[in-house]
This record gives sequence, C-alpha cells and structure tokens, in this order.
Amino acid sequence: MNWGSWQNFLAMGGYGLYVWGSYVVTLVVLVAEIVALVTRRRGVVERLAKYYAARRRNDET
Amino acid sequence: MSKSDTFSWFHFSSPQTFYPLAGTLQPWFAALAFLLCAVGLYIGFFVAPTDAQQGESYRIIFIHVPAAWMSMFLYLVMGFWSGIGLVLNTRLSSMMATALAPTGALFTFIALWTGALWGKPTWGTWWVWDARLTSELILLFLYIGFMALQAAIDDQRRADKAGAVLALVGVINIPIIYFSVQWWSTLHQGASVNMKSAPTMATTMLVGMLIMALGFWMYGIAATLARVRCVILERERHTDWVAAEIGRQT
Repeated sequence: MNWGSWQNFLAMGGYGLYVWGSYVVTLVVLVAEIVALVTRRRGVVERLAKYYAARRRNDET
Repeated sequence: MSKSDTFSWFHFSSPQTFYPLAGTLQPWFAALAFLLCAVGLYIGFFVAPTDAQQGESYRIIFIHVPAAWMSMFLYLVMGFWSGIGLVLNTRLSSMMATALAPTGALFTFIALWTGALWGKPTWGTWWVWDARLTSELILLFLYIGFMALQAAIDDQRRADKAGAVLALVGVINIPIIYFSVQWWSTLHQGASVNMKSAPTMATTMLVGMLIMALGFWMYGIAATLARVRCVILERERHTDWVAAEIGRQT
C-alpha cells in the first residue's frame, strides 16, 4: 500500500477521523494502563517500606 | 502420580515462587507485544490493500477484532482462575483473577469504542441496541462489577469468593457474544475468521489482524503479570519474604 503523501495517509480516504480516532484512543488507553501499573508498583513498594519501618519501630519500643 | 510430578505442578502455585517468575517473564512478554504490534501495524497500514467495499475505514479492524477477541478471552481466563480459586482455595488463583479484570475491561472498552467509530461510517450510526453490541456492553459491566464487588468487601477471602461467583456466572455471556451474530439478526457482520471455512478477507489483511491479535495477547499477559506482582506484594505483606523483597527494592 503506497499512500503517496502524508496528507493522503492522514486523510485515510476520507475516514481519517474514524480510523485515527480508533487508533489514538487505543494508544492512549494502553499507555495510561502502563503508566498506572508503574505508578502502582512504586506506590506499593513505598507504602510497604513505611509499613515495615513502622513495624520495626513498634518492635523496638 | 509420583511425588516429583506433584511438586513441579504446584511449585509455581505459591505466590512466593510465582512472584520472581512473573518478574522474569514480564519484560519478555512486553517486548514481544511491542514487536508484534509494530509488525502488525506496518502490515495493516502499508501492506494490506484498500477494501473494495469499505475503503480505508476497514483499517479499524486491526485493533477492533483483536481487542474484541481479547475482551472475551481474558474473561474466560478470569473465569478459569476464579473457578480454581473457588474450588482449590489457592490464593494465587484469586490474585490472577483480580489482576486480569482491569486489562479485560480496557480491551472491552477499546472494542466498543472502535466499533462505534467503525459503525458510524459503515452503518450510519455509532450504536444500536442489537445482540452483539449489547452483550459486549454487558461484558464491560461484568468486568466493572467484578472489580467494584471485590473492592467493596474488606475481608479478602470473602471478596475473592464473591468475585469468583460473579465471574463464573458471567461466563455464560461469552458464548452469547460470540454466537450472537448467528442466533439473532443483527447489523454486525458475521465472523470473518472461523474454524469451518476459509476466511472471507484478503490474506495480508488477515495476517495483519492475526499478528495484532498476538500482540494484544502478549500485552495482556505482560500487563496481568505486572499487576499480579503488585497484588501479591499487597496481600502477602505479612510474610517475611515480601519484607525482604521490599528491603531489596528500597
């Protein structure tokens, strides 16, 4: 498939809004999930580190 | 069954042994997902020809069909782990079900969203309340219901049990989605790919779609493994090995 130009590629034969509306939203959703997973991982590690630190302080007193 | 057989089968069913395994496998599935999607998109946009009837609008198929397949497949996997968790009372099975739900819900949303954007130019409407679309919407509600129910119950074991029952009852919806286009008259076209006959689409279109489906599959595994590792840490925080793991991470 040879599109000839960027304009043609973006236009998608007049269906640009539908095709790119599908692809962009899919990309945004997947990237959002990846960011959410990385954030969650960091949050869990941080929260548990505090939890164990508090537990150690409790044990000492 | 010999003793060693039982050992190997159940070895990775403990959160402690599965956690590092998931950590080792996850980046490979993520890399495979990226690679397959890159190849799939290349084929979808630069190799596959224009469709004779639908023009370029059909190119939505490269995400719509793989996302719809994954939305149903992940639900079946979630139902499988829910059932195992319910019967065998294995903690890791319930954690897997919990970890699968958000990714399944996202794929369901993508299937519905891309379907609407495909329906508008092809059928002239974003949405119709027909069997295929309605049952897929119910699938989204099942995923959301599963997550909400689990989040609403404080006692983890009861949350797992209630979620598992909901997930298993919802499995009935999967064949309804799949066969809806045969059982009821609907705007939605029948399956382009099935077990009985040759696919009704150009080979390059089919190859691009199947590679995207593989890519989404690998993505689903990667996301689930990443999430189940968080779930394991949270739920097993009372154990010494999680304390040691957090000690290594910080």
